[in-house]
Amino acid sequence: MELTTVWFIAIAMLWTGYFVLEGFDFGVGMLFRFLGRNEPERKAAITTIGPVWDGNEVWLIMAGAATFAAFPEWYATLFSGFYLPLFLILVGLIVRGVALEYRGKRDDPVWRGRMDLMITIGSLLPALLWGIAFGNIVRGVPLDADHEYVGSFGTLLNPFALLGGLTFVAVFITHGAIFLALRTTDDLRARANRLATRTGVVAAVLTIAFLAWAQALRGDSVSIILTIAAVVAFAGGLVANLLRREGWAFIGTTVAIGLAVVSLFVALFPNVMPSTLEPGSTLTVVEAASSAYTLKALTIITGIFFPLVLVYQGWTYWVFRKRVMVAAS
Amino acid sequence: MDTLDLARWQFAITTVYHFFFVPVTISLVAITAGLQTAWYRTGKEKYLRLTKFYGKLFLINIAMGVVTGLVQEFQFGMNWSDYSRFVGDVFGAPLALEGLLAFFLESTFIGLWIFGWERLPKLVHLGCIWMVVLGTQLSAYFILAANSWMQNPVGFRYNASRGRAELTDLGAVLTNKVVLVTYPHTIFAAFMVGGAFVAGVALWHLIRRPLVDKDVFRSALKIGASVVLVASVGVAISGDLQGKVMTEVQPMKMAAAEALYATEKPASFSVFTVGTLDGSKEIFSIKLPYLLSFLATGHFNGEVKGINSLQDAYEQLYGPGSYKPNIPLTYWTFRLMIGVGMLSAAVALWLLWTTRRGRAPAHWLIWLAAPLPLLPLIANTFGWIFTETGRQPWLVFGLLPTASGVSPSTTSGEVITSLVGFTLLYGVLAVVETKLMLRTIRGGLAGTDDPPETSPDRPDKPLSFAY
Repeated sequence: MELTTVWFIAIAMLWTGYFVLEGFDFGVGMLFRFLGRNEPERKAAITTIGPVWDGNEVWLIMAGAATFAAFPEWYATLFSGFYLPLFLILVGLIVRGVALEYRGKRDDPVWRGRMDLMITIGSLLPALLWGIAFGNIVRGVPLDADHEYVGSFGTLLNPFALLGGLTFVAVFITHGAIFLALRTTDDLRARANRLATRTGVVAAVLTIAFLAWAQALRGDSVSIILTIAAVVAFAGGLVANLLRREGWAFIGTTVAIGLAVVSLFVALFPNVMPSTLEPGSTLTVVEAASSAYTLKALTIITGIFFPLVLVYQGWTYWVFRKRVMVAAS
Repeated sequence: MDTLDLARWQFAITTVYHFFFVPVTISLVAITAGLQTAWYRTGKEKYLRLTKFYGKLFLINIAMGVVTGLVQEFQFGMNWSDYSRFVGDVFGAPLALEGLLAFFLESTFIGLWIFGWERLPKLVHLGCIWMVVLGTQLSAYFILAANSWMQNPVGFRYNASRGRAELTDLGAVLTNKVVLVTYPHTIFAAFMVGGAFVAGVALWHLIRRPLVDKDVFRSALKIGASVVLVASVGVAISGDLQGKVMTEVQPMKMAAAEALYATEKPASFSVFTVGTLDGSKEIFSIKLPYLLSFLATGHFNGEVKGINSLQDAYEQLYGPGSYKPNIPLTYWTFRLMIGVGMLSAAVALWLLWTTRRGRAPAHWLIWLAAPLPLLPLIANTFGWIFTETGRQPWLVFGLLPTASGVSPSTTSGEVITSLVGFTLLYGVLAVVETKLMLRTIRGGLAGTDDPPETSPDRPDKPLSFAY
């Protein structure tokens, strides 16, 4: 296999990992203020993501850095073109990261209330905007012959991309609710479970619409099969949730998000930034890639160290595998 | 202001701000790990209490370091897309290595450390914070390797058909002589900040609440001040080496640091100069003969090239244009870096002296508690402003002018939005962070007898198994 293809897959895997992992902590962040009826419940909900959210976010940094290293042209076009959405994503992630770390540092309801609001907004905003961004990557954006983005912020807010944004939000809320049901106890657990069913139906409808539209825009047989598999996995997750098999439900949404993201990347390949103007302005994997030496060096180093990362990140999830109980208030 | 200026301002503001938290993080985590190790080995409670106290302050600080670091990772592509296209093949590799080897390590093990106090065996838990220390060191090394490549590009070839630099030797990039001296210099400078922070906090407690935990804070004061002293020696030695390397690879920066217009042999070091505003002429100066020759070349009679002759040489080499950085800025940041750094070392030495053998610090010394950590922090900032503005007009020295790196399609409206947005957000967060920090400092050690408040989840809370 060409190293450019290997790195396209690697980038796709990093985004997949990011959305699967940060997806549930975004979901918990969006939900916990509404699902938790009092401070002990909210505290318990936040504790489920406390030890892991930061590590989850590194998947994003890694996706960005790997794109910079392996596909500089892609990184340059994407990040300068999607300027304002990325700015807002950064604002969201900054606010959220600080609030998650600071909420427990003062025993003061007003303080916590502010931090909780920041966590919710800081989870909602990036979830929505990543959906919009990915919708636009798949749909294509106006690029000139130098692969420079020539549209405006408004160009990015097209119906397909907005549907993508809503889909991401709904799916992450469901994914987060299922995660909460899996990781908490008692009332909170039961409420999360019920909520997941309700939001899950909405998420399923949105997902089907968004993925079908994406396939209509640029699908091939493989991506269509992956899309169908993603929808089936999501449905399976919802059924498991209904049966209160929380572990299986979480596996269902995890696999669904993973396959859905993969299906988008498969549909995209061999392009990385399709242009809606001249076909020649489309940026392809090969055009965007770094030199053979760089890709080879990156491949060797990643091959050695990435398995190690997976081992210790996996170990964290093992250490914190217990359910978090709501402290008696 | 055009997009270029705005993008430069944004980079300067967000990077300087980010680097307020970086040196504290690098040093405070290591000092905390050291304290926890002392507790593990001696079993003395005071070390545990100090670990939790300074560990909490470390966590408040690193939260800001992490989120402001996110901006750095995105900013290259957002504001500097042509730079990214030009250097990505080379510069991207150390950045990817930083993510892969350092960020995953830091973020994962910090979560384990915060939430693992009573869930992990003591030794494993101690190992977690040392893994965070390792992560911060790796992170510093890789990002400095990337920066050093901009200062002194090595291990690449220029691909004319793609119009970009391409990596030919990753080993050369990672062993760039600039990073080999910049890394220790940066790390020692970071330890001056962290040591001073530990000492400053302890000093405040010793004076303000002389009866509460006196012995514990005395230990902290001595540890902190000693760290500052040792680190200041390291900073001086590594800085001296760095000056010589920099004279070799960027003689213009060092000539500008001295405002040395004409080539001199031997050259004298200027302690203080008042020049015209544009920096083209000096009006008054105090000079130490031979010293600059020695600092720059290692010989008292060495020749040091002046700005004007370098300008002529660069015009020959790169074509017409100005190759001078902002000379007053370079001159003064260089002096202030050294001066403020030396001052903070002197304060630390004095604190050790005045508290020797059980002596209590004089009451008025409380006014030193806050400046103590701020001095080396400001010195860090001056150092970065010096080395980054001193490289101008180059973004990558000798290869890519700063003006050629900016995003061609990004509008000034977009950059203004993000510049104003980040500046306001950072301003608000600075207030929030500082207040929380001061509050936690005032709270003292007593609160840390509780299970660590580092997490919303108390470790002693009953947990039922999921499976």
